[in-house]
Amino acid sequence: MKDPQRALGWLAAIGLAAGLVVAFGIAPREATQGNVQRIMYLHVPAILVAYLAFGVVLVASTTYLWRRAAGADRLAHASAEVGVIFTAINIATGSIWGKPTWGTWWTWDARLTSVSIMFVIYLAYLLLRAMLEDREQAARFAAVLGIVAALDIPLVHFSVYWWRTLHQPPTVLRPGSIPMDATFVAALTINLAAFALLYGYFVAKRVRLLKREQEVLA
Amino acid sequence: MRPKFIVGGIVIAAALAYMIYAGVTQSAVYFVTPAELRASAVAGKAYRLGGLVVPGSLTWEPRTLDLRFTLGDGTATVAVHHKGTPPDLFGEGRGAVVEGTWSADGYFRAGLILAKHSEEYKAPHDASAAGYRELIRTLQGAGR
Repeated sequence: MKDPQRALGWLAAIGLAAGLVVAFGIAPREATQGNVQRIMYLHVPAILVAYLAFGVVLVASTTYLWRRAAGADRLAHASAEVGVIFTAINIATGSIWGKPTWGTWWTWDARLTSVSIMFVIYLAYLLLRAMLEDREQAARFAAVLGIVAALDIPLVHFSVYWWRTLHQPPTVLRPGSIPMDATFVAALTINLAAFALLYGYFVAKRVRLLKREQEVLA
Repeated sequence: MRPKFIVGGIVIAAALAYMIYAGVTQSAVYFVTPAELRASAVAGKAYRLGGLVVPGSLTWEPRTLDLRFTLGDGTATVAVHHKGTPPDLFGEGRGAVVEGTWSADGYFRAGLILAKHSEEYKAPHDASAAGYRELIRTLQGAGR
């Protein structure tokens, strides 16, 4: 295909379709939780890709402050937008998963609280960008916030180790082996790959759009 | 980049990190353990209590919805009374967090029961047989 962006979009679509098939058709019903555990194939990839997105914001923001490259600023902006969407998906699916398993839609334990803080911080990041008229200034301020905000990523991840929580410790991002049957791991990996491709597609699309926007306004 | 900007940024970042850490550590003891509750229980005060449902302690009366069980942490146990239906994953030998008050009569009156599950996910070893046994067990009226 001539357009690599379009190819990425198609790959993501195929990945998501394959992800649905394995999540509902191939992965077995979990022994204790039953079918509701299948929410994991949406819930876990969403947060892992959000971590990736905010990691990219951190790197791109640092690069911007260092080199003052407009491209790095656009990448940070686009990645933060997509990261916020994936965080929202993670919180919503977690809530839906929590009701039948834990017995509540929401509780203020350290994991749920820290992920909410992360969501709000990156919303504030987007708000800050939208508020400042001067593009140079907006980029500079946003870059600083984009670096500081990354402090919350380890807080979210390690919250379940540092404090007593209702949320269980991580299954995937942890030292040692994954305490999950191989079919679950395979299904999760396919969905994670599909989500990562979707992230790449959204960011590429958004970066291009931001560039056009800035060309028109210049 | 101006050094004063970098220094300022580092100061803000460090302050923010400290504030979040200190704030969450002090205010976010999400639940107390049975041993901690026993050590300093005040009647009528609201607590969130977490522990393991002691095997053999669970009784549930479907007609009155009276749920009684004991939460333990290995060193101490607390009797819990609740009126209602517990969540699906609640059961003996599993983790639970309950919200309620300590009663002067020596038990914990829970208004909300939350089930805590592990990070392990397993496929049923023999899906059909396990499902069949489960079905028979429920048809015979055996409680969860």
